[in-house]
Amino acid sequence: MNAVYAILKRELKSYFASPLAYVILVVFQLVSAVFFYLNLKGYLQLQFDPNFQLLRDELNLNTVIVIPYFNAMSIVLLFIIPLITMRLVADERKSHTAELLFTSPINLYSIIIGKYLAALFLLVIMLLLSSLNIIVLALHGNPDMGYIFSSYLGLFFLGASFLSIGILASSLSGSQLVAAVLAFGILLLLWLVGASSDSESSVFGYVSLINHFENFSKGIIELKDLAYYLSVIYIGLFLTHTALDSERWR
Amino acid sequence: MIQVQNVSKRYGDLVAVDNISFQLDKGDVLGFLGPNGAGKTTTMRIITGYMPPTKGNVYISDIDVFEDPEAAKSHIGYLPENPPLYEDMIVREYLDFVAEIKKVPKDVKNSRIHYVMDKCGIIDVGKRIIGHLSKGYRQRIGIAQALINDPDVLVLDEPTSGLDPRQIIEIRELIQGLSGERTVILSTHILPEVTMICSKVVIINKGKVALEESLERLTNKMDGIENILLKTRYWGEEIQDRIIAIPNVSDIRLGLTNELIIQPKKGTDIREELSDLIMQNGWGLLEMRPVVHDLEEVFLRVISSEGN
Repeated sequence: MNAVYAILKRELKSYFASPLAYVILVVFQLVSAVFFYLNLKGYLQLQFDPNFQLLRDELNLNTVIVIPYFNAMSIVLLFIIPLITMRLVADERKSHTAELLFTSPINLYSIIIGKYLAALFLLVIMLLLSSLNIIVLALHGNPDMGYIFSSYLGLFFLGASFLSIGILASSLSGSQLVAAVLAFGILLLLWLVGASSDSESSVFGYVSLINHFENFSKGIIELKDLAYYLSVIYIGLFLTHTALDSERWR
Repeated sequence: MIQVQNVSKRYGDLVAVDNISFQLDKGDVLGFLGPNGAGKTTTMRIITGYMPPTKGNVYISDIDVFEDPEAAKSHIGYLPENPPLYEDMIVREYLDFVAEIKKVPKDVKNSRIHYVMDKCGIIDVGKRIIGHLSKGYRQRIGIAQALINDPDVLVLDEPTSGLDPRQIIEIRELIQGLSGERTVILSTHILPEVTMICSKVVIINKGKVALEESLERLTNKMDGIENILLKTRYWGEEIQDRIIAIPNVSDIRLGLTNELIIQPKKGTDIREELSDLIMQNGWGLLEMRPVVHDLEEVFLRVISSEGN
């Protein structure tokens, strides 16, 4: 446990010692703020639509601002998370510190989990920062807090799954760039396979990462979706362990 | 203390290490020699548990490195060929991190860090970022890192590479000071270094042990015969013929730069006769000195005989 904490602490220091973490946080915050602004502007323009009063039930703060905002953030995460995870293992190889880690009296899982938790910490900061927009909305309107809570929960698990796949990609390569491209490719594929169906009608639909987010964004927290994300996280970390372990056996 | 038993390592078809065995007792300082690509680094990585062997076993203090890696690794301090440093960290923070993952007890951690920084002469750079330091400092931080858990077994892959002559002497003294209680394995290309600090020598070539000997026995073996290096201004076949005709000369051969290496018979001194001969014939004596029959020669002989 102490080893996990030591690794986590070092990774966080390392994130914030370089501009990378700050750039990622700023870019994410900026892009999600732009999405929020566009949604808000769209909502304001709707007010002048003569049909607006008739459609009041369907067109409210939740459907026009909150849900699209979270959907947009889920896509921004897809682009940003490979950049968070790319250095996690690949960089240890490049700086020869892998030899230090793997000859220390600690378990391989402690190393992987420490690194994963550091990335997860960054994700949580990102999500917390993005809630500024929602807080502004809540101060001036009355969005449904249930939607917001379940969407954040979904976004957290979606991001955590992305991170798990990202760390796997990083463990497969000695180059950060290759790791990022690989992670991005896998995530995009896992996203697109389900584009034509939902999570229940086909296998591809079930495998797709984004389909399981839909329920969360509609305010539905289902065990099957949670189970799906937890499985993805577990499989990602397990394969990372396998990759690092088997590399040395070759 | 360390037992390496029939260790082999293959990468696909390439055999990097081929059935190596040796044994070290507590306090031994092993000089691990071999040409580049002989398998030194691979062997060291296997001993430290970085990678498992394809075949064979390694025991550290009777613990099998691959049965119980965590227990075995806690006895080891390892300096890889490239010091494993996080460029973006401050020296002191880095050592703190290494102490944590090496499970140095909390109550002795700070004193341990101070001790290794002092020993390795890096106290004055304690607050600097590793990425900004020179190669010599990095190498010393690497050694400090290997010492931090007060290991019984110290594995150092070319510890003096990249250091200036004064630092080399300091590090040698440091290693000498550390031995005694500890078992040290040290790979190097600097052969005199081995004569200075090691108690035992293993030379490997093409993945195989070519020689395993204690330094004491090695030097005894080498004693008794002292070759003579001779350089003259005049140069010709007849010189060789005339010299070999001296009664106590048993062999003569050509060195690398047109000098002659003359091997006298055991226990004889031919220097006087040799110089008289040259003077009388006016060959122009430029240089005559004993060639210390040193490790370098043993090394080259072992390597080349293995090659043939």
